[in-house]
Amino acid sequence: MWDYTDKVREHFLNPKNVGEIENPDGVAEVGSIACGDALKITFKLDENKRIKDARFKTFGCASAIASASALTEMLKGKTIEEAMKITNQDIADYLGGLPPEKMHCSVLGQEALKKAIDSYLGMKEKTTDEEIICECFGVTDKEIERAITQNHLTTVEEVTNYTKAGGGCGKCSDRIKSIIDRVYSKEGQKEQAPVKRPKLTNIQKIKMIEEAIEREIRPSLKHDGGDIELIDVIGNRVLVATRGACASCMASQATLKGFVEIKLKELVSPELVVEEVA
Amino acid sequence: MKTIYLDNNATTMVAPEVIDEMLPYFSDLYGNPSSIHSFGGEVAKKIAEARQKVASLLNADPDEIIFTSCGTESDNAAILSALSLNPGKNHIVTSRVEHPAVKVLCERLATKGYRITELPVDSDGLIDIDAYRRSLTPDTAVVSIMWANNETGVIFPVEHMAYLARERGILFHTDAVQAAGKIPINMRNNQIDMLSISGHKLHAPKGIGILYIRRGTSFSPFLIGGHQEKGRRGGTENVPSIIGLGKACELAYQNLENENGYIKSLRDRLEDGLINKIPRCKVNGHRQKRLPNTSNMSFESVEGESILLLLDQYGICASSGSACTSGSIQPSHVLRAMGVPYTMIHGSVRFSLSKYNTEEEIDFVIDIMPKIIERLRQMSPYWSHEQTACTGV
Repeated sequence: MWDYTDKVREHFLNPKNVGEIENPDGVAEVGSIACGDALKITFKLDENKRIKDARFKTFGCASAIASASALTEMLKGKTIEEAMKITNQDIADYLGGLPPEKMHCSVLGQEALKKAIDSYLGMKEKTTDEEIICECFGVTDKEIERAITQNHLTTVEEVTNYTKAGGGCGKCSDRIKSIIDRVYSKEGQKEQAPVKRPKLTNIQKIKMIEEAIEREIRPSLKHDGGDIELIDVIGNRVLVATRGACASCMASQATLKGFVEIKLKELVSPELVVEEVA
Repeated sequence: MKTIYLDNNATTMVAPEVIDEMLPYFSDLYGNPSSIHSFGGEVAKKIAEARQKVASLLNADPDEIIFTSCGTESDNAAILSALSLNPGKNHIVTSRVEHPAVKVLCERLATKGYRITELPVDSDGLIDIDAYRRSLTPDTAVVSIMWANNETGVIFPVEHMAYLARERGILFHTDAVQAAGKIPINMRNNQIDMLSISGHKLHAPKGIGILYIRRGTSFSPFLIGGHQEKGRRGGTENVPSIIGLGKACELAYQNLENENGYIKSLRDRLEDGLINKIPRCKVNGHRQKRLPNTSNMSFESVEGESILLLLDQYGICASSGSACTSGSIQPSHVLRAMGVPYTMIHGSVRFSLSKYNTEEEIDFVIDIMPKIIERLRQMSPYWSHEQTACTGV
């Protein structure tokens, strides 16, 4: 049983502002059914440019419903500038707090709000320089950075509680860790220029893949009685065949994606995709 | 408000007869069964009786039964024993839908160099026997497959699977925590080497379990200490709970047939009622090959935790495979293994019944549930009213 506050229970049992406004000034839909929560908010301004009405529809747990209900209540009477200042912590505070594992519900509210305001201001949805870090839940580096700086998160587990990133297959936890490190090193010192990789010719790429398999990948697979063979490289598709214990192992798909592909992305080029051929 | 308890796969009410049987062993008859004096000896006799009752439920011999602290201990003890007795073999066969007591243990063993085969299940939750047969190799030390799944109630053909393992000289363990007391188990009719049971799933208290070890099957103890349980499980016996479990097994045995007819009819009444009244819902798991008391249903476009908390407002207790209820971010590994779409997993609810449920209770749930689902669907961005066709079959 979750330790929900009375305020969360109240907003869950009697949610305010359920529905959709016709011809809204701002509208946004975030989350997805695969993630287990999704939120659509709409708002309308009055003649003084203050939010007259805000409504929501949500698919989610009790705290998702309560967070959306709280957010729409908080929005009413605010100007766009005031609304932009609402953070996920404000939503959680309004509800008297949320369990740590449920903080992502308040983050979802803040994201929906930001996107709805963007839609009102006529901005584009997601700027293209954002990169998806967590593929299971579609969380970008910018979203993770925002959650880290606003909520002073220091561990991967906290980032997962707030954004869900890393909560699926867990493959991206190293990358989340490096974002945390980057955020805190940025805060103190001067920013480091990102390392630019030179564009590879196909021959260079194949050579590097061969080397990476030989040096980094094969020894580890051999340790478990398995082996891997490079069959072909077509563009960024790396075709491999598994041998030895890998060939009959149920977990070999996970190994290919979770280990071989990650290693190759790291050592050769982030665009590479590993595929198994018989 | 009256509690309507439909979460019996999580835990059950301790039967009043069981409590009566236990109480004297807290107060007047507190002797240690290992003592030489007759005050302790009386308790030892009572434990022997309890062991006999447990054995009768399984059609086993009393000396094939050891008492443990829970189902998890039994599962751990069985698998670790099999591994330590087969030092040259490093392969374990299990399924993708096991209880964490087996699943997480195997994941841990994988990091220590064991090779784990997790057999997949199909959309009905069933295992492909040919895939199972192929997975058995000369280096397989043990197979651990649950008798019935806790989330869907789907029953696996463990007796046939144990036969195939025995043919190849491989030890076979089954987690029968959900099956025991709900379907007949006859250990004289199969080749299962080890079997786990938990007391609190069959109206005995929490904190007591059983590990069945077939006579002739070697066993390396998990808890090492005194000579209790013939040296197979150290630690002073949990006397009141053992006696309670004996009584619970006796009751379960007496009631097996009758109760199952009754419980199954209530379960079917609940499913039919909900399918008739709620559009776009479906039953997860094979409709026939499953426990008579379990129903796992999915309601499209709504989320499980919200359903459970609204049911809670009416005193109705159930559980869900939704991610949000568990505190993990991923929803049920069982429903995912079956390929149930996410839209349906998040909206899944498990109802699990017992002999203490009544027709009135079921009818109350059939009355309340459509209102709850409708209310949440009104709030859901994924729901539109054109979606009314029922996919319940």
